[in-house]
Amino acid sequence: MQVTITVNGVEHTRDVEPRMLLVHFIRDELLMRGTHWGCDTSNCGACTLWVDDEPVKSCTMLAVMADGKSITTVEGLAKGGELDPVQQGFMECHGLQCGYCTPGMMMCARALLDRNPHPTEEEIREGISGNICRCTGYKNIVAAIQWAADNPAAAQSEVTA
Amino acid sequence: MTAVEDAPLSAAGNPIGFGRMHRKEDVRFLRGQGNYVDDVNLPGMLHSAILRSPYAHARIVSIDTSAALALPGVHAVITGETLAGLGLAWMPTLSYDTQAVLATDKVRFQGQEVAFVVADNRYIARDALELIDVEYDPLPAVVDAKKALDPDAPIIRDDKEGKTDNVVYEKWEAGDEAATDAAFAAADVVVTEDILYPRVHPAPMETCGSVAHMDPVTGKLKLWTTTQAPHAHRTVYALVAGLPEQNIQVISPDIGGGFGNKVPIYPGYVCSIVGSIVTGRPVKWMEDRSENLMSTGFARDYHMNVSIASTKEGKILAVKVDVLADHGAFNGVAQPTKYPAGFFHIFTGSYDYPAAYCAVKAVYTNKAPGGVAYACSFRITEAVYAIERIVDCLAAELAMDPAELRLKNLLRPEQFPYTTPTGWEYDSGDYEKTMRVAMGIAGYDDLRKEQAEKRAKGEYMGIGISFFTEGVGAGPRKHMDILGLGMADGCDLRVHPTGKAQVRLSVQSQGQGHETTFAQIVAHELGIPPEDIEVIHGDTDNTPFGLGTYGSRSTPVSGAAAALVARKVRDKARLIAAAALECAPDDLEWELGRWYVKGDPERGRTIQEIAMDAHSALELPEGVEGHLDAQVVYNPPNLTYPYGCYICVVDVDPGTGQVKVRRFIAVDDCGPRINPMIVEGQVHGGLADGVGMALMEVIAFDEDGNNLGGSFMDYLLPTSMECPDWELGETVTPSPHHPIGAKGVGESATVGSPAAVVNAVIDAISPFGVRHADMPLTPANVWRAIQGRNVRTDLAVE
Repeated sequence: MQVTITVNGVEHTRDVEPRMLLVHFIRDELLMRGTHWGCDTSNCGACTLWVDDEPVKSCTMLAVMADGKSITTVEGLAKGGELDPVQQGFMECHGLQCGYCTPGMMMCARALLDRNPHPTEEEIREGISGNICRCTGYKNIVAAIQWAADNPAAAQSEVTA
Repeated sequence: MTAVEDAPLSAAGNPIGFGRMHRKEDVRFLRGQGNYVDDVNLPGMLHSAILRSPYAHARIVSIDTSAALALPGVHAVITGETLAGLGLAWMPTLSYDTQAVLATDKVRFQGQEVAFVVADNRYIARDALELIDVEYDPLPAVVDAKKALDPDAPIIRDDKEGKTDNVVYEKWEAGDEAATDAAFAAADVVVTEDILYPRVHPAPMETCGSVAHMDPVTGKLKLWTTTQAPHAHRTVYALVAGLPEQNIQVISPDIGGGFGNKVPIYPGYVCSIVGSIVTGRPVKWMEDRSENLMSTGFARDYHMNVSIASTKEGKILAVKVDVLADHGAFNGVAQPTKYPAGFFHIFTGSYDYPAAYCAVKAVYTNKAPGGVAYACSFRITEAVYAIERIVDCLAAELAMDPAELRLKNLLRPEQFPYTTPTGWEYDSGDYEKTMRVAMGIAGYDDLRKEQAEKRAKGEYMGIGISFFTEGVGAGPRKHMDILGLGMADGCDLRVHPTGKAQVRLSVQSQGQGHETTFAQIVAHELGIPPEDIEVIHGDTDNTPFGLGTYGSRSTPVSGAAAALVARKVRDKARLIAAAALECAPDDLEWELGRWYVKGDPERGRTIQEIAMDAHSALELPEGVEGHLDAQVVYNPPNLTYPYGCYICVVDVDPGTGQVKVRRFIAVDDCGPRINPMIVEGQVHGGLADGVGMALMEVIAFDEDGNNLGGSFMDYLLPTSMECPDWELGETVTPSPHHPIGAKGVGESATVGSPAAVVNAVIDAISPFGVRHADMPLTPANVWRAIQGRNVRTDLAVE
């Protein structure tokens, strides 16, 4: 089936099998590797991206279901080279270790802050409870999202290590 | 030793040495630009899938692959028979056993590899699996380790000639049995408990996989693979497949978590290599989550009978442990050869008593192979759980506060270096101090008061303590090897003419932040800013040999190597500086980043100036080679012994058995912290592991050997909702034998925390007469314990 899907503002038209998962379309067809895959059961959230600004676990959706939709992935989170405050917060607060859950976690966090710019710790914890991280024990992820909430315009174009 | 506060800042604001700094690797991860194995895409690359056994134990009658081969888009279907023709149907494990790559005679666990399909894409490969017709003759499965030795138990490993039972090894012992028995006979109090550490799985977010490319022209094999030990894997591939080792390049790119799951060599890796040889094209293999949970290296599965003897005042006299170890269908544990039970014999813990003894017997069952994984420090997890659980049982028997009992028995600072009753030499420690810090953060006395008040109201709050000592950084070559490879690690350092450096490591990061930490170690020794030092790792063609990252060994072994190679460069820099300054090397003194003339501090050369001198036309003294580089191989003289005290506070609903972890206090002593931010992050992650194992995680089996934890729907991992806001503290006791005193911390929290959580839950429900219940303490299992009917949590029940 032919689908036309806009990803990070760029339109892509491809012939795909009706059974192809959206996560595989993004990764294997468009070769965008920032969206990760972590389970078969929609439990882990590593594949979280946005479909029309709603966070979606892209292993639960077929590529054909995204026909005509606008998708944002982690590669689209930074704007014009400037990191999103969520990305900056993850670095400031050491909210990532192996980096595998990080894209999904950040897409979930950005959507959370867009809905609720000043979340409590409990609201943050609930907001990311569909995303599993095996490295951080979540504390620094919660802190990173809080940092982003507290520094909405703090992102900088240059990130130095 | 430079304290954290003392490190000067570079122009970029980073500590030139130890201290907090942002991670260098974050830049790519934050932008979705990491490079994990599944991100590797080569021209002409094919995909693959593995057909797995639905049975735990069955004889293979026949395999018909013709329909699969006829499917358009399928390039090859490989079976055990294909591999047998190449001599590759079986491979050695890291414990001198053998493991089927693809089954030929029998399948021995549910999920075992039976056939391998190579196809144009992953969907066609999966379609082809459906078309392979395997006829099985099912056999009874051995699921319960305690029944593996029954006379009528089916023999699992009948591939081994003359094998008439399911014993992996009969008896491995440590300590003095006679002295221990004598101590028990003379004791006022003896407490015994059956304690199970059930089978769990490391479940890194990235599953295991590989991309193999055997170049048909040059004969060079490039293998991108999820490995924590790229060099060891290269050597094993050379030995197994008979490939010339110089023609094998193992690349371990970004790794999405390891936790020991990525130490062994899995059949899928070998099949991807064979697939590439057969098709002449690159072949990618990536397992799915169920395959990861059902077939790759599990952890624990230790059935322990633990006894402790003490005086009536609570002075511990002896501890004895009898272990039945379930190793699954193949003995695939990854641990030093001389230690078939890993470092379990460190079970004597952090306490001062003269006698201890353990005996371990291991059996085969119809379950996946493995056993040493999940940040266990070679089974110290099991050991810490055994001692910390039985100490709490003793406290209950004596009606003594578990904190008081521990304080009465902790080793004292003046006893270090301390040789344990089972032969370990602990390097350094001030245990009571650490415990007092933890109790202070927790507000221990107030917590006990609150608990008493709540109990009076019928509310069930529990406080659990764990004090652990680990032995990490394996290890001294004369004692420790894996498959004959001594556990020493190399490190190369090159300082370029402009004073920027590259350091090459044998160890491999799976999220530990090596690119930052190792730059800081070199910065600490040479004064080159960490942002000017590139850390190169994970590629066997470009790094020195070493055994890799597991058992918390990166900092204790390779961290030492990095410090020593930098000191070697510093010594060479002195000779070159002396030539440049026209003085004798002995006239020079070092300050961070600079050699200068004694008594004339203005006259000196910075390390950057010396780097240019070393590559310049400067005439060098006789015997001094040009350039500024060095290499070392570090052979650790002993393990390092990090330790800590953890306190967990829980609330239990006795009506539902639901446990809420309210607080968790962790005070770790891992010596000086190179990057405290990274250390804290490692501790946080391990604490989450502990909450998961204590309350949620288990790989159980039904009587037919069906895996009941084969997906994230069934194998529950802690989320942000189950984890509390971790409260950390620290004490700093350097290791006397490590060049920078660092002890390693990667696994401390995973090792130390489960006992604290379980002790807290049991403490909460002790008014119901509960003294022990096995992990995981799910609501159902807690409720059963309250009802007085504990169950085997590793088997399907009710």
